Amino acid sequence: MQFKELIETIDGCKVRVMRNGSGEPLLFLHGGGASSDWLPFMDKLSKKFDVIVPEHPGFGKSETADWLDNIGDLAYFYLDLLEHFGLEGVNLVGNSLGGWTALELAIRNQTRLKSLTVISPAGIDLPDVPKGDVFLWTGEQTVRNLFHSEELAEAVLSRPMPDDEQDRAMKSNVTAARLGWQPPLYNPHLAKWLHRISVPTLILWGDDDKLIPKDYGPAFQKLIPGSTLQIIENCGHVPQVECEKEFVDTVTSFIAGGAS
Amino acid sequence: MKFYAFHLMPYADLDQDYDKSYDSAWVTLPNSYYDPQKGHKLYHRYLDELEYCDQLGYDGICVNEHHQTAYSLMPVPGVTAGALARRSKNANIALLGRALPLVNNPLTIAEEFAMLDNITGGRFVAGFVRGIGAEYHSSGVNPAESKERFDEAHDLIIRAWTETGPFRFAGKYYHFEHVNTWPRPYQQPHPPVWIPSQGSSETIEFAAHPDRKYTYLQTFAPTEVLKKYTSMYREVAEKYGYTASKDQIGWAAQTYVAETDEIAYREAKPHIESFLQKYMRMPKQMLLPPGYTSLRSMKFAMKARGTMIGNPQTIDDVLNSGMFVCGSPSTVRDKLKEYQKEIGFGTFLPTVQFATLPHDLTMKNIEMFAKEVMPHFRGE
Repeated sequence: MQFKELIETIDGCKVRVMRNGSGEPLLFLHGGGASSDWLPFMDKLSKKFDVIVPEHPGFGKSETADWLDNIGDLAYFYLDLLEHFGLEGVNLVGNSLGGWTALELAIRNQTRLKSLTVISPAGIDLPDVPKGDVFLWTGEQTVRNLFHSEELAEAVLSRPMPDDEQDRAMKSNVTAARLGWQPPLYNPHLAKWLHRISVPTLILWGDDDKLIPKDYGPAFQKLIPGSTLQIIENCGHVPQVECEKEFVDTVTSFIAGGAS
Repeated sequence: MKFYAFHLMPYADLDQDYDKSYDSAWVTLPNSYYDPQKGHKLYHRYLDELEYCDQLGYDGICVNEHHQTAYSLMPVPGVTAGALARRSKNANIALLGRALPLVNNPLTIAEEFAMLDNITGGRFVAGFVRGIGAEYHSSGVNPAESKERFDEAHDLIIRAWTETGPFRFAGKYYHFEHVNTWPRPYQQPHPPVWIPSQGSSETIEFAAHPDRKYTYLQTFAPTEVLKKYTSMYREVAEKYGYTASKDQIGWAAQTYVAETDEIAYREAKPHIESFLQKYMRMPKQMLLPPGYTSLRSMKFAMKARGTMIGNPQTIDDVLNSGMFVCGSPSTVRDKLKEYQKEIGFGTFLPTVQFATLPHDLTMKNIEMFAKEVMPHFRGE
């Protein structure tokens, strides 16, 4: 699996960007963990798209930025990243914390976007639907709670984690806390402005999401005009990994159809 | 050497089988485990114990702050310190300490401490802490902002005590048009500041700075850790160009004195083990939320604390590591002499009650320590 690894300085912060493929740009924003690997879903999408996968400031192999205090800062950073690369007609895709960031970006400025796909995004709160308290979970509980498939969780848990990878995970967790500890994984002001999103929007949710339960899906759909909600069966919080084929097919046909 | 009696005021009536249903006595243990009738009696019992310390000539009596836990029933320590302020006559009241980052208005702490300092006529020691990791799960305050909030709140409180108001304060977390704290502290320029810590190089850099020279209190740690951090304090002071005095270093440890080593061991065992196995029980994620320490300290702590939190320790473990000072008066005297010679602390803070230790044994402990240990260290 080939990809180019770039180190770009944006807003004074050196960020690591993986990029491969050609076609319409597809910017993927990862969730609260580190995302240093070029994953199979990225590779498959790169057959059709120019896939761009940055590691957020403060995550993985990217530098930590002293200006990064909240999710709005991250959204503005990605608006600067779009300008930095001169990207237009972007298909923006984000999972969990990255999906939340994508929504915060879109309510601020969607002129460079062609479509928006959010996968089990954080960002809003439903008083009767508590999210998992990921910061109280042990490493093992987190893995088990992220996936529907116990075999997949076992496989992830049995993989040895080298020291440098553990260090990056710890660093990423600190930045995730900085952005999402309080209020817990949401911005009380986001829901007020989601009606401003006018690009075609797809909301994807695993039916067995133990971090952000699937009931959040219909709530987002109601708040984003004309959006489509699709629930993926037998799937946890990271469908792009756990249900990779269905994810890739769904996103590809959404962009080809709904977003044309 | 000076002696300050420390009390955590635990919920001693805690159902010791709680851990069959819950993984910690902190944060999420339902408060239905707390019985207010029993709590009422405990508060008065504990205040009596600290007042007895004052009568027996301890240099200070200490209270502190924890939240949502059976480990300690003092979420608002100013109440306990206020209750002690009038009944105690000679001992300093050390509030060790308020967790500065947990409040949204640190000026309330400047006011609370200044009131205590005024009421006691300067028998007051101000403790500043970040609060242990669990408090961030209880309060919702972002642990990744903890250090910055502490530094900013500290600067604000010291300025509120020492500068003529009103003045403006424009920080990242705290913003005031009119800082003008009434009452001003009784002690000038401000009450002595002590920094209790379980050990961190960041805390030592902060406390030892020549602008501050705050007393560093090592709490509940093996003697190896105590040695490491007290030497670090001295080295940092030397690096800043001065020699740290012994008054800048204190050590707090659970302490139990009885007639003989055997009696002390037998009487303390169930209670210190309850402290270790029930009251301190906590998953690492609760104790060390992300961003609470630097990444360097976090990596160290995750390894160093691996045996301490959640893993059952026995009385022998903590006697061997030096975390628990226990024995006949002569044994305790010898241990304190040995540690003092080696480590050179100026203040020892015996925690005179722990976990389920009952009133009669607590009073005996307080008395034997005061009468048979303390006099041997006077004038040192």
